Amino acid sequence: MSTTDDAFTEQRHGALTALSDLFWRRPKLLVLLLLAPPLLWLGVIYVGALLALLLQSFYAIDEFTGLVDYDVLTLKTYRELFNPANLDIIIRTVLMATTVTLASAIIAFPIAYMAARYARGKWKAMFYLAVMLPLWSSYLVKIYAWKLILAKEGILNWLFAQLHLTGLLEAYLGLPVVGGGSLSISYTGTFLVFVYVWMPFMILPTQAALERVPVNLTDASSDLGATPWQTFRHVTFPLALPGIIAGSIFTFSLTLGDYIIPQIIGSSRLFIGQAVYAHQGTAGNIPLAAAFSVVPIVIMGLYLWMAQRKGAFDAL
Amino acid sequence: MHSDTPRAPWGLKLAAGAGLVFMIAPLLLIFVYAFTTEERTYQWPPPGLTLNWFAVTWGRADVWEALTLSVQVATVSTIIALILGTLCAAAVSGSRFFGREVISLLVILPIALPGIITGLALRSAFGMTDIPFSFWTIVVGHATFCVVTVYNNAVARFRRTSGSLIEASMDLGADQFQTFRHVILPNIGTALLAGGMLAFALSFDEVIVTTFTAGQQQTLPIWMLEELVRPRQRPVTNVVALIVVLVTTIPILLAFYLTRDGDQIAGSGK
Repeated sequence: MSTTDDAFTEQRHGALTALSDLFWRRPKLLVLLLLAPPLLWLGVIYVGALLALLLQSFYAIDEFTGLVDYDVLTLKTYRELFNPANLDIIIRTVLMATTVTLASAIIAFPIAYMAARYARGKWKAMFYLAVMLPLWSSYLVKIYAWKLILAKEGILNWLFAQLHLTGLLEAYLGLPVVGGGSLSISYTGTFLVFVYVWMPFMILPTQAALERVPVNLTDASSDLGATPWQTFRHVTFPLALPGIIAGSIFTFSLTLGDYIIPQIIGSSRLFIGQAVYAHQGTAGNIPLAAAFSVVPIVIMGLYLWMAQRKGAFDAL
Repeated sequence: MHSDTPRAPWGLKLAAGAGLVFMIAPLLLIFVYAFTTEERTYQWPPPGLTLNWFAVTWGRADVWEALTLSVQVATVSTIIALILGTLCAAAVSGSRFFGREVISLLVILPIALPGIITGLALRSAFGMTDIPFSFWTIVVGHATFCVVTVYNNAVARFRRTSGSLIEASMDLGADQFQTFRHVILPNIGTALLAGGMLAFALSFDEVIVTTFTAGQQQTLPIWMLEELVRPRQRPVTNVVALIVVLVTTIPILLAFYLTRDGDQIAGSGK
């Protein structure tokens, strides 16, 4: 240090310089010091809390007192998790997450493709903002907007009436499972809001993957005589697939854990998130709530494992 | 438009256009409803337009209290996230060590796991350790999942900040602190600002974790949630929704322009 020309920065002496030299000689020490606060915060507070939650699921409610029995570790709560009513909730949630993910992928793809392949300059920025604004807008406001849209006196019913298609809408609502009294209390309503709210999470990774498809590959494909559809089917789509899978991680996971959307727009039948909320709140059954919250973790663990094998993590 | 860009097929244009309308139209609807004269229902089209509800909302003490709490929580959480996220990013990009992947996973975990799990985990941890609900219990939850936005932005910028710049600074006699102050910080500054603003927006909007860590306190999203579950003052809710859209939109536009300029300064392009 002392041999360098001090024309550029003032030469400093004392504790700070000594400390700086120490970090230079022992870079691991610097890394350790840098990492200590975030590791303490995330490792101790957050992971600690997660482990505490996991532990809770191995306790059970005492049937006589109605209080949690903290003396014995048991699998009783997990047995309860698999009784028909609770299993129903889990299956319903997984089915919803699957359909939401598929629909998001289908709607997101043209947007991502357009943004990645054709949009330039001003249009590119427009596409970016059209994805980012809904992504970062308030989650509750987005749900609120859909409450306005799906309300009986709202814009969607008005549109159907203007187009003289009210009969069609009513016929649809008369269908089993997807139908209901009105759109805002049907699975279809819940589905629409889920798709809307998580859509940007599907568009962004898909677009990123599409942007990484080298143009000379598609050029080569068409030079070799492939039709645009064949090029898409055999070159572009397989290369974009990891991006779609990366997006599906978000849409699937977010749908699995959400409890507010089905509570506000949907039938009164519970989803996993609602079950967790109900059991920890009014019912006071924290062990069952904890066991319920382990379900999405396990499902997501499996999902991530499969996604990793498809190379989706490189597309994140 | 560049001439070398091929023209998009009509079907694709149509599908992408319909998709964009699907994305943006619901947000625009919020703007219209804030001015409706209808009080009791969500009637469309609005029977009349008025500015009256803005005045009514302005005079509402509960809205102001919720807003103040939300801003305070978001500010403190953002500061904590900025510190922790920058430290993490600096450590991860400054060196290669075996735990890098674990650190990344640890930072992403709070946002990757469903909010209800983070919320329930924190609540049961507070319960087990007899910590009463307070301002700080909300902040702990928010800061935890805000770290990732700062971290992601900072890591991306660190990656683009050329190592030779730092080496040049050291060769010219700057110590590590001077290098940080005069070379690294100006380079990552806009990325931190962008990450910080996204963290603020994330915290300002958060509701799921907050329902578990707030106790009886009302942040603005919790106020909103109550209105969604049991609508009582629809016109006030319409106005609050509009304000929330504006408050979250502005930082996003700013963050967009800041990071875009940063890309150009770094000269790496795309």
